[in-house]
Amino acid sequence: MMRPILLKGHERPLTQVKFNADGDLLFSVSKDQEASVWYSSNGERIGTLNGHKGTIWSIDVDPETDYVTTASADFTGKLWKAQSGECIYTWNFDAPAKRVEFSPDGNKVFFITDEVMGQIGTIKIFDIDHSKNEQSSTPVLEIKNDKGVSERFSVAAWGYGGLTIVAGHANGKLSKWDAKTGAFLGGVKPHDLLVTDIQTSPDKTYFITSSKDKSAKLFDVDKLELLKSYPSDAPLNSACITPVKDYIIVGGGQDARDVTTTSASEGKFEAKIHHKIFEDEIGRVKGHFGPLNYVAVHPRGTAYASGGEDGYIRVHHFAKSYFDFQYDVEKTAQAAEQQALDKKEQEEEEKKEQQAVEA
Amino acid sequence: MPEATEFDETNVNLNEVDFSDLEEKYKVQAPDGFINKFVVCDGTPVAPESKAPVLKKVLAKLFGQCGKIERLDVPVNEGKTTGYVFVEYSNAQMALNAIKHLNGKKLDVKHRLLVNKLSDIEKYVLSGKVKDEFDEPKIPEFQSHGYMKSNLRDAAGRDQYLLHQNDEVGVYWFKRNLKPEPAISPRSQWTSAFMKWSPKGTYLFSLFPNGIQCWGGADFERISRFFHPSVRLVDCSPNEKYLVTLSPEPIALPPDDHPSRASFLFGPESQGHKLVIWDIRTSLPVKTFALPPNLENQASMPWPLIKWSYNDKYCARMGPDALAVYDVENDFSLIDKKLVKISGIMDFEFAPGGVKLAANRKSDPPEVVLSYWTPESSNQSARCSVMQLPSRSVLRTVNLVQVSDCQLFWQGQGKYLCCRVNRHTKSKKTRFTNLQIFQLEERDIPVESIDLQDVVIEIAWEPRGKRFVTISRPDSSENNPAFPTNSLTFYDTEEVKKGKGIMVPIKRWIPFKTTAGKYSNVVKFSPKGRFVVMAAMRDVKGELEFYDLDFDGEKPKDQSKKVASNVKMLATHQYQGLTNLEWEVSGRFIAGWSSSWKHKIENGFKIYDCIGRLLREEIIDGFKEFEWRPRPKSLLTKGDKKKVRKSLREYSAQFEEEDAMEANAELREQILRRKKLLHDWRSWRMSVDEKLEKMNLVAHRDEGKVEVIEEIKEIVLDEKEEIVE
Repeated sequence: MMRPILLKGHERPLTQVKFNADGDLLFSVSKDQEASVWYSSNGERIGTLNGHKGTIWSIDVDPETDYVTTASADFTGKLWKAQSGECIYTWNFDAPAKRVEFSPDGNKVFFITDEVMGQIGTIKIFDIDHSKNEQSSTPVLEIKNDKGVSERFSVAAWGYGGLTIVAGHANGKLSKWDAKTGAFLGGVKPHDLLVTDIQTSPDKTYFITSSKDKSAKLFDVDKLELLKSYPSDAPLNSACITPVKDYIIVGGGQDARDVTTTSASEGKFEAKIHHKIFEDEIGRVKGHFGPLNYVAVHPRGTAYASGGEDGYIRVHHFAKSYFDFQYDVEKTAQAAEQQALDKKEQEEEEKKEQQAVEA
Repeated sequence: MPEATEFDETNVNLNEVDFSDLEEKYKVQAPDGFINKFVVCDGTPVAPESKAPVLKKVLAKLFGQCGKIERLDVPVNEGKTTGYVFVEYSNAQMALNAIKHLNGKKLDVKHRLLVNKLSDIEKYVLSGKVKDEFDEPKIPEFQSHGYMKSNLRDAAGRDQYLLHQNDEVGVYWFKRNLKPEPAISPRSQWTSAFMKWSPKGTYLFSLFPNGIQCWGGADFERISRFFHPSVRLVDCSPNEKYLVTLSPEPIALPPDDHPSRASFLFGPESQGHKLVIWDIRTSLPVKTFALPPNLENQASMPWPLIKWSYNDKYCARMGPDALAVYDVENDFSLIDKKLVKISGIMDFEFAPGGVKLAANRKSDPPEVVLSYWTPESSNQSARCSVMQLPSRSVLRTVNLVQVSDCQLFWQGQGKYLCCRVNRHTKSKKTRFTNLQIFQLEERDIPVESIDLQDVVIEIAWEPRGKRFVTISRPDSSENNPAFPTNSLTFYDTEEVKKGKGIMVPIKRWIPFKTTAGKYSNVVKFSPKGRFVVMAAMRDVKGELEFYDLDFDGEKPKDQSKKVASNVKMLATHQYQGLTNLEWEVSGRFIAGWSSSWKHKIENGFKIYDCIGRLLREEIIDGFKEFEWRPRPKSLLTKGDKKKVRKSLREYSAQFEEEDAMEANAELREQILRRKKLLHDWRSWRMSVDEKLEKMNLVAHRDEGKVEVIEEIKEIVLDEKEEIVE
């Protein structure tokens, strides 16, 4: 692991960090009501997005890095031009907005509004019109978490093709919804406590959840089938799936209110890397002196960023050893694949030769 | 009016006549308690009628001791006395007195008197509650639970340990760094609180709301139950003969006429008692005690309340100003039938081994010895004494002044006793420690005193040696736990030149090495000696330090040359959550664990070998306890052990090969498992990819098409024109 780049720009705990699709930019939001944009390669801050009047809970960038959208505790969601940092539209809600994410094609966006002050927790989906600044204020679809069905939505993510939305609930439940009709497609309850994060694989066919119950779990989008689980020794706040290598990264730590009596090492303020398929823990990255609130991985799998309760963002570019590490089983599998490939090539060449001879 | 029929006396069926009115009228009105004045005495001699008056006289004299006799009948049948007599006293109290004192009394060699209430005879015999014929009680057939020490027959000589996590308890074979092998499949709800091994590992006890259950054999079948509601604490005598349990709930007898009364385990003498001693083999109570009044309703209970001598022959219990010592083999009766009066006794401790006193001959059996201490009182100094049992003679007493507290530490064989005396200056402002070391096996039991400036918080003896280790800290008002102020000190006896004509002086202990600035607050000596582990528990740092006291290497200058020991720190580890630390009996391994009973941080366990290498680590949420299964004393003779030591090289080669093979097997299994996982994953991914392709949803971004644009900007900062001539 290379020396991390420490990004100090926020004055309060980070709530989310995200790479854009190209991975050259890093977007971060914090309780200090500001969103920041950074170069991921060197940690230079390009600018900030100002305008929210409360904690910004969530941020997302569309696939082309044209638009940025944010969800805030000030009862609004905002749409920004990525290039200029100007706010072009504001959605007003009746409750704090907790989570926002662009659909895979960038033409839609969902917000989760919180279940407070008599409001029902809702996932609101809006169309994004790329041709103009003004957007529609009425959602194309509302998925209401009707009282009695489950506890409030905490997080959500789009499934592949933008066809479905999977959501995590405060009681550890997961639910799946049709993104066109809003129909309930099924639910499971894999966690005992609040689901703190859902992040999908690059092709959005499976996803990882993290929970306060000290575990992270991997599910497929189609059947919500539990594929893998990764137990941990501290409550988890976030988890992500790395491209290229078959790893997952989780982050968390003892809750801020519980750590006053414990030292930094006891709070388990570490990012942990597990093997995605074998579930074993491979490594730990220390550094933060508060819980990790979010971990995000570079879309090309070359780096990851973590945002901490301590107000710092740490960007780690992976070293060679990270890419070289392989289980013996993986090595042999790779060797076998290579052999099979060679054999095929050889056969084809032989065929060609034969054809040539025949000709 | 109809004519009256003639009354024919012969025709009357007497059974049909209702006499109830007459019965009522002539019923003998026995005064209340009248019947209680009578006793029946059985078992008197059957003698010819002519001897009856003599018998009557003898019995009258005997029964007359218990009260005034109104009447004594010796019934005679067919010219012989019947063997039973009736006695009427002038009141019921006298009758009870007679039952209490004369029941079971031997009249002579052949005749034993059985005295009972007449009312009881009526109650049990006449009502038919007791059958006339003797039903032989069925002795339940002996149930085998397999070989109780089956764990010792393991071909590889592996140890067992118990893991308690969440609600599940399992017993496992320890396999060093490899995955432990379950000895039985883990059981849930095996205990409602904790589990406990007996001292030699034969039995496993588990607590339930209704009492203790005892398990054993290869499959850990239930062997017996000990009914003691709400039992909280449990202890076992050193030789696994007796079990001691304590419950906050006093024993309450069901009422006399309750059906469960007959089968109730405890007799009326146990009413209200909380402490019970059980015979493990019969699972019946042998003795019960009430709590001493000073311990009633205490939040924390000193435990064990009953301490045992090394050979299970005596046990003792401390009360205010007295020590009750019981002779176990004599039906738990008090030694000499009286308490040992020790005014102000604060604590006592049996020697953990038999002591060979210098005054005895070599062939004499080792003695049972206990030590105790008493604080200062108005006209007496504080004392620490050693007493021999069962003679109760005090072998040695040390007088001490300005004592605030004492603690007794026995060496594992009972050869030495270290009394840690915490003393204070006259102003009582500062405290310091003074160690009094008794040498039990020397003539007159010499006591060496070591005066220290610091306060000693922990002492550990080398179990079968003469060395000990202390942890001490300076007594100052600022005891900030964030600063490491503890020191470790190693003590050994001074080397003496051996040779003819040189009198062997009594041993002198000297501190040969001190390391200061530590957090450590717990010290554990290996059961086999030589290795010591220090740990900082209940502390933020969680340090673990391994020391070798017989290090084979050059002795550093900071260690005293006067002793043979050479101490070297072997390894240090960090273990934040550490709450408990326990050596395995052979002294090869030590386990540390973090119990969720204490806190929720990093619960799980770690096992190290004696030189401080981490062998295995498991983090388990909700982990509660780790217990090595104890082993009994080795049966090998000294010669056998020597032989083993001699051919250690051959043995180790063989064992290493076995270990490697074992490891390979596990490795292979793991590889196969991983292969399957990888294959499953890959095939699942393939199916997903195919599906996406069909749905035309393949990511439109091509991974290979990364465009790196490198811009090089040149900024001219400064320009200067110079003309070069």
